[in-house]
Amino acid sequence: MKLDNTLPLEYQSEENSNRILGFWLFLGAEIVLFSTLFAVYLTLWTRTGNGPDAKEIFELGPVLIETFVLLTSSFTCGLAIHSMRLGLKKPAMVFFSITLLLGLVFLGVEITEFVTYVNEGATLQTSAFLSSLFVLLGTHGLHVFMGLLWGGGLMLQIRREGFTLETSNKSFIFSLYWHFLDVVWIFIFSFVYLKGLM
Amino acid sequence: MKWDEFFVTGEPMIYGAMASIVLASLAIVVGLTYFKKWGYLWREWLTTVDHKKIGIMYIIAALLMLFRGGMDGLLMRAQLAVPENGLLDAQHYNEIFTTHGLIMILFMAMPFVIGLMNVVVPLQIGARDVAFPRLNAVSFWLFFAGAMLLNISFVIGGSPDAGWTAYFPLASIELSPTVGNNYYSIALQIAGIGTLLTSVNFLVTILKMRAPGMKLMRMPMFTWSVLITNVIILFAFPVLTVSLALMMFDRMFGAQFFTMANGGMDMLWANLFWVWGHPEVYIVILPAFGIYSEIISTFSRKNLYGYKSMVYSMVVISLLSFLVWAHHFYTMGHGVTVNGFFSISTMAIAVPTGVKIFNWLFTLRKGKIEFTTPMLYSLAFIPIFTIGGVTGVMLAMASADYQYHNTMFLVAHFHYVLIPGTVFAVLAGFYYWFPKMFGFRLNDRQGKRAFWLIAVSFNVTFLPLFFLGLKGMTRRTYTYSAETGFGPLNMIASIGAIGLALGFVYLVYNIYWSFRYAKRDTTNDPWDARTLEWSIPSPVPEYNFALIPKVNGLDPFWESKKTGQPLTEGEYEEIHMPNNSGQPFILGMIFMAFGFCMVFSWWVPSIIFGIGIVIMLAVRSFERDHGRHISVKEIRETEQRLRGEQS
Ligand code: HEM
Ligand SMILES: [Cu+2]
Repeated sequence: MKLDNTLPLEYQSEENSNRILGFWLFLGAEIVLFSTLFAVYLTLWTRTGNGPDAKEIFELGPVLIETFVLLTSSFTCGLAIHSMRLGLKKPAMVFFSITLLLGLVFLGVEITEFVTYVNEGATLQTSAFLSSLFVLLGTHGLHVFMGLLWGGGLMLQIRREGFTLETSNKSFIFSLYWHFLDVVWIFIFSFVYLKGLM
Repeated sequence: MKWDEFFVTGEPMIYGAMASIVLASLAIVVGLTYFKKWGYLWREWLTTVDHKKIGIMYIIAALLMLFRGGMDGLLMRAQLAVPENGLLDAQHYNEIFTTHGLIMILFMAMPFVIGLMNVVVPLQIGARDVAFPRLNAVSFWLFFAGAMLLNISFVIGGSPDAGWTAYFPLASIELSPTVGNNYYSIALQIAGIGTLLTSVNFLVTILKMRAPGMKLMRMPMFTWSVLITNVIILFAFPVLTVSLALMMFDRMFGAQFFTMANGGMDMLWANLFWVWGHPEVYIVILPAFGIYSEIISTFSRKNLYGYKSMVYSMVVISLLSFLVWAHHFYTMGHGVTVNGFFSISTMAIAVPTGVKIFNWLFTLRKGKIEFTTPMLYSLAFIPIFTIGGVTGVMLAMASADYQYHNTMFLVAHFHYVLIPGTVFAVLAGFYYWFPKMFGFRLNDRQGKRAFWLIAVSFNVTFLPLFFLGLKGMTRRTYTYSAETGFGPLNMIASIGAIGLALGFVYLVYNIYWSFRYAKRDTTNDPWDARTLEWSIPSPVPEYNFALIPKVNGLDPFWESKKTGQPLTEGEYEEIHMPNNSGQPFILGMIFMAFGFCMVFSWWVPSIIFGIGIVIMLAVRSFERDHGRHISVKEIRETEQRLRGEQS
């Protein structure tokens, strides 16, 4: 195996740098995926049929909590990677735990929000607007959920092995994913909630 | 659910199909047991992560699908041969043209191309492997799972019946109440994920694993075409993923994306579908261009004319391919400006395509042309594809399209593009690279006979359709009356289809005959070819290159043969290879079971299989498999054996 010690651990082997490039490309595909969902939402968001429109159901409170929680989790995820680079396993584990915990809170708030909508009679089946809303938010939420499973598995591996070529590479890739979810959320915040509340 | 809702009943043809499926499966099981081949199958094929074997599996699957789709084509031609024919009823005809189109494009053309690219690309760039061998196997098994799901639909539950474009509201649960279009959304989804993973895999392979000295502008044209194709896949397939998911939500969970009430928008489907669908056409055409470039330059014994312009024109085609989707529905009511824009952007594609055609012609000019079977396909491609292209420009004119739209003219056009463009190309590529895969050539005389039968019958089948279309025969109609006068031309087309079928059967006989009797090649380079894959033994050992070649120009192998400069230097060293794994196969099977339960809305088993998928991913993540090393001794022995040297 060729190792290049001038690079951080996660880039050092050829396999590792291939994986990182591969993941960036995959994120390219994810960008197209979310762009398509946004396009669908923006096409349909005024088409409310007999159902409620955005202004009637959106509430700023929970959305601000979600935003705050997710942005913070992205920050702590960055701190975890920073600790990893310094070779500090314990702090990295702590920061990863906070990241996942915040992710969990985010999901909790999102699910409560969905339940509220449904109780108000705003379901997936009500109108094109609500279908596209639930699918867009749901896809993001599902990504967060997968991220929680992934992050959890990753932490078990780090606990067992410390930061090796393999675990550091995985952590770095996980962090790319997590930051990406954050970016998508900012778009959701602006183009779904702010636009809808205005 | 009752038995007769689950199995498709009441059709003698389908009973026949069921019986033959059961018999064929039994025969396979008995045969494998009798010849004690289960272990071999598992070790050498089902668990393989070798890109060459994965490529071969793709190609076998694609050939099988060619016959499945071809049977559908024949049935349709049989039905249309005479007016008021009662062979198929309307519903059956709908199902057949739908699965025909789907299978031919998604489960025949694309996997064939992906199969060739699996076999060839790492060899052409001087790499030992693809970037992610295990992921490659996952891609294959996902494709396989999707293909199987779509294929069982016609005996279990009913096939999709709203056309391969599945336009709404036709494909909605109200107008298409069988599970057919559930199969559509789920089978395509699973196969599509596999394709997306392939594109990531090959992009990284081509970008990062080229032999030293192989700059981008020194890559063989086929590798270039694959690179560009994979960029298109990366950006087009997520759109399909979303469209299929929305379709699933509409059909299975009552969402309102494409309905006519509650704010839904049927035109949204048409747009989403073609934003993916048009680039998809280029996904199967561009690699074909790459294959022809290799073959034409090899058998003209000349460098490819205008290498750089070939590359640039492919880049331009790939960009334009994302800007033309609405030419598929000019008549569905957008305004003049929109139609005008898409009309012009569509016609613009003719320019780079023309550049490529002229480059091939200039490559041929003054070449020492050798008429082998792959070369015949490549030469026949040029005029036939040109007819397809010219009629394409006719269709591109929005105002004129009101005349041709949804007629047999269109059917003739796209077969004129797809068959010479893709089918001829994959066949040519198959003949051309066959010795690399198996160590011997397919019989050339038989190959040529099959070629002539196919090429001539093709024109007999599809040329009449242009005229039928101009006379007003619409596509997707299952019968017509005698007064229309469509009878005679349809009869000619149907006779042509029989010729085509015979041609393909002969082609398979050619493969069978050659496996049994063809002389084994002792050289690596039976065609006197130009690119790196011909510098290594055939069949290629699992590590591909015992020594990684150094590249300092285009067509490095050709240069090295001319100048006598060796491609490699140095001593053998241990080679690191990945281990085989059963996980990709198992994952594929779980996906298939998951998809099957989803189709029938059996939620509990769906969730169980869904959890199974997550578990498989976790297993992979926790596993530490560092592969193995091939010793210098073993490399030396393999090389000597394959090069026919005495040790
Ligand atoms: C091998 C001989 C083939 C025959 C005899 C054949 C025949 C036909 C016929 C009769 C139709 C339906 C016309 C109608 O009623 O609308 C059709 C549709 C179609 N064919 Fe073929 N075909 C062949 C090969 C192919 C190949 C190789 C491809 C693609 C690579 C292909 C792609 C399609 C598509 C996409 C449709 C449209 C399906 C739809 O309307 O949803 N065909 N073909
Ligand atoms: Cu198109």
